[in-house]
Amino acid sequence: MASNMYHKEKSIQMKSSASALYNNLSVLRIAPRSLTYFTVVHANMVNMVSASWDGLNYSHRQLQSKEANVATSSSLIMQAAWCVLPSRDILVLTSQKGIQMYESDGSIMVYWHALDTPETQTAQAVFARGIAAVREKYICVGISSGSMLVFDVPIKGSNITLSEVLEEHKESITDLASECSGSLECIADMVSADDSGNLCVWKSGEDFQLLNKIPGFDMSCSSVKLWKGTVVAGYGTGQIRLYEAVTGIVHAEVNAHARWIYSLDIAPFSGLLLSAAEDSLVRVWHLTMTPETNSVEIVHMYNECVTDTQICGAKFCDGDGYAFAVTGYDLSEIIRYTQV
Amino acid sequence: MSMRTLPLVFINLGGEMLYILDQRLQTQNTADDNTQKVMNDIIATMFSKAFMEELLKPQDLYSNRALRTVLTRLAHASIMRLNPASMDRLYELMVMAFKYQLLLCPRPRDLLIISYNHIDAIREFVRDTPSVLNQVDETHRKIIEVYTPLSDGEFQLLRQTLLIFLQDMHVRVSLFLKDKVQNPNGRFALSTTGPVPHGTEVPGLIRMFSGNGKEWKRWEFPTGGSYTSSIRVGSFERFGDRVSRIGTNMYSVTQPEETHTSKNYSQKANSEPNPLAKEELNLLARLLGGMKVQNRNTETGFRVNLFATDQEEEEDVQVNTELARIAGEFTGEPEQTESPEGPSNKGDDLLAMMDEL
Repeated sequence: MASNMYHKEKSIQMKSSASALYNNLSVLRIAPRSLTYFTVVHANMVNMVSASWDGLNYSHRQLQSKEANVATSSSLIMQAAWCVLPSRDILVLTSQKGIQMYESDGSIMVYWHALDTPETQTAQAVFARGIAAVREKYICVGISSGSMLVFDVPIKGSNITLSEVLEEHKESITDLASECSGSLECIADMVSADDSGNLCVWKSGEDFQLLNKIPGFDMSCSSVKLWKGTVVAGYGTGQIRLYEAVTGIVHAEVNAHARWIYSLDIAPFSGLLLSAAEDSLVRVWHLTMTPETNSVEIVHMYNECVTDTQICGAKFCDGDGYAFAVTGYDLSEIIRYTQV
Repeated sequence: MSMRTLPLVFINLGGEMLYILDQRLQTQNTADDNTQKVMNDIIATMFSKAFMEELLKPQDLYSNRALRTVLTRLAHASIMRLNPASMDRLYELMVMAFKYQLLLCPRPRDLLIISYNHIDAIREFVRDTPSVLNQVDETHRKIIEVYTPLSDGEFQLLRQTLLIFLQDMHVRVSLFLKDKVQNPNGRFALSTTGPVPHGTEVPGLIRMFSGNGKEWKRWEFPTGGSYTSSIRVGSFERFGDRVSRIGTNMYSVTQPEETHTSKNYSQKANSEPNPLAKEELNLLARLLGGMKVQNRNTETGFRVNLFATDQEEEEDVQVNTELARIAGEFTGEPEQTESPEGPSNKGDDLLAMMDEL
C-alpha cells in the first residue's frame, strides 16, 4: 500500500453541516468553465458550492425541498445528485414529499413530482432515495416502497415525463447506479439496491428489462456502482462485494470496514474504487478485469482516517481518480485529497 | 424519514433526565420522600398508557422546541419546580448524552439495547411502587412488540432521523471532557479500535472467487485501525444481560461537578420560523392532556436549582445579552431574555393555549 498516495488539500467550507445520509456528496466537474460543483444535504436543504479550479473563487447556493409556489413547510431531503446527460446536467433532489429536478446551477427548477402519500399515516416511512442517469435520456429514482420511477428527459426544456414505474423490489430503495465505463458493449445499464441487500440489474429502453436479480443476505446495501459489467456493492456489515452483473456470480468479497458503509464511487478511466463508512475510514482500491479468468480483481491501495467523523459521502472529483472529496456527519466542510 | 422515533426518543431522553435528577436531588440532600415522589410521578407520567399510546402512533419527530416543551412539562409532572437555567442545563445534558449514545451505537438495531438499558434503570427506580412498575413493564412489552420486527435498514433510517435532529449540537459536558470522550471543541471522540459489531467481520481480508463459487485466492490489507472480533449480543428481551453499557447511568452521587456544561454562544439559533405549528400544537395538546397537572401551589412543592453554577449561568446570560445590545444587535434567543420571576412561564403559556383550543 502506498501510504503517501494522496495528501490532504484545503477543505471547502459549507454554509451548514452534512446530515447522516447514504451517498451524501455529489460532484459535477464542468471542464469548459474550470470549476467543480459539490452538493451536500443538510436536513431540509442542499448546500451547493461551486469551486474554481484555481482555488480562488467559491460561491454558495442553498436549495430547499419544496414544490414551487406552494407555501407548505419543506420536508427532509434524502439525497441530492447530479445526473449527467449528453445535452444537459440535471440536479435531482429526493425528499419525503417528492422529487425535484433543477437545471444546471440550481437556479431553475424544471420539474416536480409529488410522491403518493397515504390518507392516514402509516408506520412505513414515505420518501424517495436513489438517483441515476441512464443511457442518455432517462433519470431513475427509487422510492421507499421499493418502486422505481423512470423519467424520460428531453434534450432541453421542462417536458420531463414519467415513462415507467418498475416494481421489483419489496424493500426501500437505497441506491441506484448506471454503467459508468462509457462502454456501449455492456448489456446491463443500471443496478438498483434495497434495504434487504437485494440487487436488480436492468437494461434500459422504452420498457426497462430486468436482466438479473441478485439476492441479498438480509443486510442493507447502502451504496452500489456498476462498472464494465461488474456490480460493486457496499453493505451495512462493512463488506464490499463484487458481482458479475448479468449472471450474479460473486467475484470477490472484502471485509472492508468495521461499520456501516455509506458511500462508494468509481473513477471509470482508471478503475479506482473509493469506499467510506461510519468507522471514519476512507479506502481506495483498484479494480482490474482479467479476461483470461473472466474475473475482476480488487487490490487495496490507500487508507485515510478522518478522525472522529462518521463519513457519509465520498466521491472522486475526476474520471481518473486523481482527487477525491469527503463529507462527514456534523462537519461543515468538504475535505479534499489529491494524489501526490 | 422514520415515523417511529418518538417512543425511543422519550425513553432515552427521559431516562437520561431521570439519571440526572436522581443524582442532583441526592447530592443536594433533598428529602428521600421528595426524591422518590418526584421520580415516581415523572416515571408514572412518562409510561402512562395514554402518553405511550400517543407516542407510538406513526408520526414525524417533533421539532426541537416542541420536544423540549414536552420534556419540561414531564420534569414538572411532580412537586419539583425547575428554574429556566436548570431546565436549559438539564436539556443540554440529556441531549448530548443521547447524541453520544447514538454515535457509539455499534449497529442501528443496538439502539434498542440502549433503550432497554434505560428502561432497566427506570424499573429499578420504581421497584417499590408496584403500580408504576407495572406500567413500565407493560410499556417495555409494547416496545418489544413494535420494534423487534423492524429491519436493520429501518433502524438505520430511525437513527439517521435522530442524528439530523441532533445535528450541530456541540455543548461541552464536563463529564465527557474529563473522560476524553468529547473533545474541547465539543465533538465526540470516535474510536477506531475495539470489537466490531455483531454481524460484521474484522476488516482486512480480501477473498477472490472463481466462476463456480470456489475461493481461489485470499490476502490481507492494512486497515489503519485495530479491531477485534465481535463480542456476544445482548438480550433484546424484557430481562437479560444487555452486554453493552451504553445507556446505563453515567452519573454517580459522589461527583457533583460532572454535570457542568458550557455552550458556545455563537452557535446558530434554532432557525425554526414557526416552532409550534397548528398540527404540533394539537399533538402536544393530546399528549399533555394525558398528563395530570399537579397542583401548582408552591406551598406543597419545592423549587430546585439543579446545578451549583446556575447563578453564574444566569449572570453569563445577562452579560451576553448586555454585550449583544451594546453591539447593536439582539440575539433574538427567547431563553436568554426570559424574565426570572416565573419558572414555568412557557408551561403556563402552553396551558393557556391548550385551554383555548
